[in-house]
Amino acid sequence: MDKTSEDVRLNSLTEKLRLRLDGDQLTNCMRCGFCLPACPTFAETGIEAESPRGRIALMKAVKDGIMAPDVAFEEQMNHCLGCRACEPACPADVKYGQLIEQARDAIEDHTKTHRGWVKLVRHTAFQTIFPNQKRVRWMGKGLRFYQTSGMRTLARKTGAMKMFPKHMREMEEILPDVAVQGVVEQIGILHPAKGEKIATVALFRGCLMDVLFADTNIHTVDLLTEAGFEVVIPEQQNCCGAMHAHSGEIEGARSLARSNISIFKAAGVDYIVSNAGGCGALLLEYDHLLHEDEQWKDDAMWFAERVIDVSDLLVRMGRLLVFSEREENQCVRITYQDSCHLRNVMRSSDAPRRLMRQVTGVEFVEMKEAERCCGSAGTYTLTQPVMSGQILDHKMEHVRATDAQYLLTSNPGCLLQMMHGINQHGLNGQMKAVHIVDFLHERMCGQDE
Amino acid sequence: MLKPEVKCELIAILGESYVKDDMQSRVTHSYDGTPMLQSLPDAVIYPYNTQQVSEVMKVLSRQRIPVIGRGSGTNLCGGTVPVLGGVVMVMHRMNQILEVDMENLTASVQPGLNTKQFTTHVEQLGLFYPPDPSSMSISTIGGNIAECSGGLRGLKYGTTKDYVIGLEAVLANGDIIRTGGKLMKDVAGYDLTKLLVGSEGTLAIITEATLKLVPPPKYKKTMLAMYKDLNGAARTVSKIIENRIIPATLEILDNSTIRVVDAFANLGLPLQMEAILLIEQDGEIESVERDIASITAICHSEQAEQISVAESAEEAERLLTARRSAFTALARLRPTTILEDATVPRSKIADMIIEINRIAAKHQVQICTFGHAGDGNLHPTALTDARNTDEIHRVEAAFEEIFEAAISLGGTITGEHGVGMVKAPFLEWKIGRSGIEVMKAIKHAFDPFNILNPGKVFAKESRKRVVIDRG
Repeated sequence: MDKTSEDVRLNSLTEKLRLRLDGDQLTNCMRCGFCLPACPTFAETGIEAESPRGRIALMKAVKDGIMAPDVAFEEQMNHCLGCRACEPACPADVKYGQLIEQARDAIEDHTKTHRGWVKLVRHTAFQTIFPNQKRVRWMGKGLRFYQTSGMRTLARKTGAMKMFPKHMREMEEILPDVAVQGVVEQIGILHPAKGEKIATVALFRGCLMDVLFADTNIHTVDLLTEAGFEVVIPEQQNCCGAMHAHSGEIEGARSLARSNISIFKAAGVDYIVSNAGGCGALLLEYDHLLHEDEQWKDDAMWFAERVIDVSDLLVRMGRLLVFSEREENQCVRITYQDSCHLRNVMRSSDAPRRLMRQVTGVEFVEMKEAERCCGSAGTYTLTQPVMSGQILDHKMEHVRATDAQYLLTSNPGCLLQMMHGINQHGLNGQMKAVHIVDFLHERMCGQDE
Repeated sequence: MLKPEVKCELIAILGESYVKDDMQSRVTHSYDGTPMLQSLPDAVIYPYNTQQVSEVMKVLSRQRIPVIGRGSGTNLCGGTVPVLGGVVMVMHRMNQILEVDMENLTASVQPGLNTKQFTTHVEQLGLFYPPDPSSMSISTIGGNIAECSGGLRGLKYGTTKDYVIGLEAVLANGDIIRTGGKLMKDVAGYDLTKLLVGSEGTLAIITEATLKLVPPPKYKKTMLAMYKDLNGAARTVSKIIENRIIPATLEILDNSTIRVVDAFANLGLPLQMEAILLIEQDGEIESVERDIASITAICHSEQAEQISVAESAEEAERLLTARRSAFTALARLRPTTILEDATVPRSKIADMIIEINRIAAKHQVQICTFGHAGDGNLHPTALTDARNTDEIHRVEAAFEEIFEAAISLGGTITGEHGVGMVKAPFLEWKIGRSGIEVMKAIKHAFDPFNILNPGKVFAKESRKRVVIDRG
């Protein structure tokens, strides 16, 4: 790019950032630094720019005209995992998650640095596949064909996989087998409560969740009905839009939000239940996503107020479930990796732990820094493989130290990353990564009489 | 910007990765925890050992380039804002615990060591490092020493200065000096250790510290006393001390502070109270129980509405953590929180609080007050908006009167944050013209070319105040 066109790009990006970045939020940052110890990228590097305080200072410097939003600025904004651990740590209640999304959104509009294939992948993913549940299923079918037709074996044997970067190869290895059908196709839409009904809830099935972990969705329904909830699964629901929002495709996220809101509103439910922290957190923030949309903001509020994670709903309102050991006299040791968005945005860390402790024959061991991001962070594994790998290595040291047989999580992204970590650190055979819902389902005996 | 040849020299000493002059590095080292202050450095460097610091100082001294030592940049007096540009020297890579000497009960540490990490480490060895600035989970030992940080335990245990017994430091010209050591007694010449503690990076760059450790208290108890009348709380503070009880912690929070702290930490505090005292006593079980009983009686005699004792260590810790967050939690009410640091003899706490409230009303600014009541160290905190120039002027005028009031009551302009840029114009009020001259002479002896954190402590123009009332 020549000098003038680079200048034009910078000027126009500066303008966009000035418009989009929330000046109040930037001013609210007191620069006290309380966020620094909570930030995984600061913990890895010790560099101020890699901290929430540093990133906010950079945004403010751009807004104030002290610096240009150069490539280094863009890279720094993308270096943030978006785990939002800084938000609960912030006494001044700065909405960092909103600021980083505003910055990324402005950058995305202007980015010319994407290589051709990245552009193509982004376009296909954000505009073609994810906005449509059916297309997600088609993609799943393609993946399933790859897995079962012998292509996978062939690709691995012939070394064709070597064409891909190492981190993508490793991810391919741990990808679970795709389910033939999603939750609705397998068990239908309406599921009555066992015993007296406490409330009617809708399951948010997610897109990838329903392709890679359809069983987890089915198990979620079982746990909920057993605990006294009537469950409906609105069939037309779409991707939540989290991947769009976190990658700077805010408009895409908004349009998905509008569609989901009208579908769930029509279902007329008391709660909207999520079993994936990443999705749940964005669903919970639909009101913020659409707060400038006069036509939608009330409905968005209606929606956001009803979003709850499955563990939280079970603990807070469900009838007490009885869980027991799976095999006689065999005590298993388990540990838990928090989903960042479940913990930091949905503010749920106690409920999953309480459920795990309710299972008899199970010893729960808290791992060191369980609350710290595992490095998965949506597409971060693919876009920032070095930092992601470094964070995962530290995580696996803590996981190994627990000597647990089960590593439980509450989000598909974290679950895949933990499977990847177990594989990479040679812990296969000793330890298994499992979604908390699946673990509980396997040990569920019924309700407390 | 640095001259290319200087940059080359620095790279030769530190390596390319540790000399940064890109905008991102400069912007992110242009501030500390002080509101409204910002100034870009020319470069940021990350030394790894004392030798590198020494060689860097030789270069910077020859070139007359300002250098600002920086830990985590949490200070509140503008102490690490590179107001005249120059080089910010980040000490994070020098973060090791070099030794814990179990026979002498001392520890040798590097300046970039995180304070919380250090206290946790020594606690695991059955020892105790009492200084606990509210920023301890982020701040560094070097930063604590430079600013002589205080904290919630200052009343009984003192502050950072009481625990630093030896230092290694690099002078402006690159010479390395050692002061003190693992000695509890040492009167060989002037006490350079104490002189460097709290010198705000203007005399030398600290590269290693020897710290005194003590046995941990065996038992502690934490309680809250709540008052409908703020004066009752203030009188309680004086009465506790008067009765020869020295709690480990004796903190006061006024109504606004109670509200925001509760919103942040979800403690279920009674929001209609005008003041709360947070009190902790530690020591032998019998003496702690006896002190807590006496304190409870005093609280009752001063019409405390409600008294509650923390049920568990976790609950106590939650209360203390909430108090530590008070400063920034106040930003929930207004965007800019200006925290000040006026200190008076502790018998004057009630008088000072009344004065602060009077001055705030006079200038029509919102000032909340909390602080280490037992030390007489109050943090009147203005809630304002940096973008409202008129209000900021009124805040400044109010603080000027608050400092005057503190000095009139026999107090000082800063108890633990330091002078930095913010208090520099008021220093002469406190120490007088001759005091300033002596301090400047000391500064000149250490740093003849004024390259160590220039623009701090000494103001170009002092605020004129004719009479210094020594109370």
